Amino acid sequence: MPTTDTATEQPPSSSANAGERKSSFRTVSLDEVNRLYAPADVAQIDAENDIGLPGEFPYTRGIHASGYRGKLWTMRQFAGFGTPEETNLRFKYLSKEGQTGLSVAYDLPTLMGYDADSPLSEGEVGKCGVAVSSLADMEALFDGIDLEQVTVSQTINAPASVLLAMYLVVAEKQGADWKKISGTLQNDILKEYIAQKEWIYPIRSAMKLVIDTFEFCTEQVPRYNPISVSGYHIREAGATALQELAFTLRDGIEYVDWGIRAGLDIDRFVPRISFFFNAHNDFFEEIAKYRAARRIWARVMRDRFGSTSERTLKLRFHTQTAGVSLTVQQPLNNVVRVAIQALAGVLGGTQSLHTDSYDEALALPTDRAALLSLRTQQIIAEESGVANTVDPLGGSYFVESLTQKMEDGARDYFERIDAMGGMVEAIERGFPQREIQDSAYQYQKALEAGEQTIVGVNKYQMEQTGTEVPTLVIDESVRHHQLERLEQTRARRDKQAVVRTLDKLRRAAEAGDNTMVATIEAVREYATLGEICSALRDVYGIYEEPAI
Amino acid sequence: MAQAERKIRVLVAKPGLDGHDRGAKVIARALRDAGMEVIYTGLRQTPEMIAAAALQEDVDAVGVSILSGAHNTLCPRIVSLLREQGMNDTLVVLGGIVPQEDIPKLKEQGVAEIFLPGTSTQDIAKFIRANVRPRD
Repeated sequence: MPTTDTATEQPPSSSANAGERKSSFRTVSLDEVNRLYAPADVAQIDAENDIGLPGEFPYTRGIHASGYRGKLWTMRQFAGFGTPEETNLRFKYLSKEGQTGLSVAYDLPTLMGYDADSPLSEGEVGKCGVAVSSLADMEALFDGIDLEQVTVSQTINAPASVLLAMYLVVAEKQGADWKKISGTLQNDILKEYIAQKEWIYPIRSAMKLVIDTFEFCTEQVPRYNPISVSGYHIREAGATALQELAFTLRDGIEYVDWGIRAGLDIDRFVPRISFFFNAHNDFFEEIAKYRAARRIWARVMRDRFGSTSERTLKLRFHTQTAGVSLTVQQPLNNVVRVAIQALAGVLGGTQSLHTDSYDEALALPTDRAALLSLRTQQIIAEESGVANTVDPLGGSYFVESLTQKMEDGARDYFERIDAMGGMVEAIERGFPQREIQDSAYQYQKALEAGEQTIVGVNKYQMEQTGTEVPTLVIDESVRHHQLERLEQTRARRDKQAVVRTLDKLRRAAEAGDNTMVATIEAVREYATLGEICSALRDVYGIYEEPAI
Repeated sequence: MAQAERKIRVLVAKPGLDGHDRGAKVIARALRDAGMEVIYTGLRQTPEMIAAAALQEDVDAVGVSILSGAHNTLCPRIVSLLREQGMNDTLVVLGGIVPQEDIPKLKEQGVAEIFLPGTSTQDIAKFIRANVRPRD
């Protein structure tokens, strides 16, 4: 078994590795890397058809001809904690410091469709994100923020249609035009069953709700991205870079299939499908993943779905640095990890980026930590020079070879999933879940064997003396504040209107009609998130996880 | 009396609304590989459900996994429910994102050990083996 103690390490048996530090060199995904990459490694890759030019099919080198010379990526920091008022202040603080987009993190009760006063919410209100139970909270969250001017991303999935409705009603009350507002709803329910596990309804009903938002937004909110198909959580749950890529894109294909089956026009709804990837530690592996993602998507949209529309073929994505890579030990080391990961996202051509804060293995970030992570992006953008030219790594033997390997590996996974009948069926069988669990376990074993290094954790450890950085503490006063507003909201609203609109929603769900209009009407009457989800649960039931 | 050694039985529990089960699943598998019998509760178990499962499965230890920050609310309740049903010797350990400041209080409330991120699964297995109460 390999050991971190080099003095006791066996000399490599293969003469090819003579004089090298290790018998094999592996990425963080445990994928073997060769000593050298040379023309022979890219002999099968066609410079014109496979790599091409930025802004041209198959978009390996980026979706814009001018890269970041035209427009930098959107610096969009995921933020949310405590009460809507506290999060509103954080939004304004980050915007003042140069952030260019907003991103809302909701707390666990909100993610699960429970109100702050549900017994199940106890101990969780405002802890992992901001607490939102009704339109009144949403109004406080966006108070003084012009939704026609700023793009807002919302990380919400199982109850996404309800939070979208709240967002649209707040915009409407501000006098904003739905045709002009833009932003992104995560709304990727497939990866919830695969990895993140914040589900409510059975999978097919949940897919129906997603398609409802596609249909509604295509007509009513045409500049809004109703989904962000997310590999981030798949990776955090333990997937390799390849599994992240393959399962995410296959999820994307599944949404396109379902949209087409619902009668939507591919070239109207697919251009508003966005993606979201992780940026983990292995620099080149990540860059290859992003480049491969664009190429695969373009080819799949053309060859599998027959689209020729440029907007359909171009994959746009958001990137977040890997939360799972952050360490509690020596937390300032995380600053360096985040910078390297962010750089990979940028060299991979991301459209927007969130950089984690160094204190996030301990708690949600403090103001100071969040500011440093924003500054990290600004330094990459404006000091490092990497944004001066498009896809500077294009043509690298190593990067092109890895990119091709990613594409081939993803296509193998597509074939296996297609053979099962699609992603919904694969999830029902537990296939992606099992693949991820296996990878997570293999990684843990490699770590404990010293084959993978985490500085400060299994190498270069130091005696820790208490918590080394100040952390954000969210106490139970948040819950009391939220309960108070919820009580006032319930007391003030027109109770009959709430009952009437919830009934209408239930009927729409039963009939299989689009639920968005009825959801918006219920939200306008201050029906709470918990009440709306409960009405839908009455119709759809709840998801039970298969034992895996 | 020499009889076949009874395997240590561990309930790996995931209370609260948090769905981050990577740690729970990795530890469940590692403890199995270390020769223990492991029962995983699945997600979103209330303290009452966890205590009931511990009793029904007659476990020696309960390993609680929490990322969300709700440990101060959930862990003491799990311990007291176990004790109320007479499981006085059942070892309770916690793994997850737990601030250093919270650790002394949790230990006072009956959590035997708190494993922070970066702990090796072998160390956790060793701790459980060394601290479960031997049975006849």
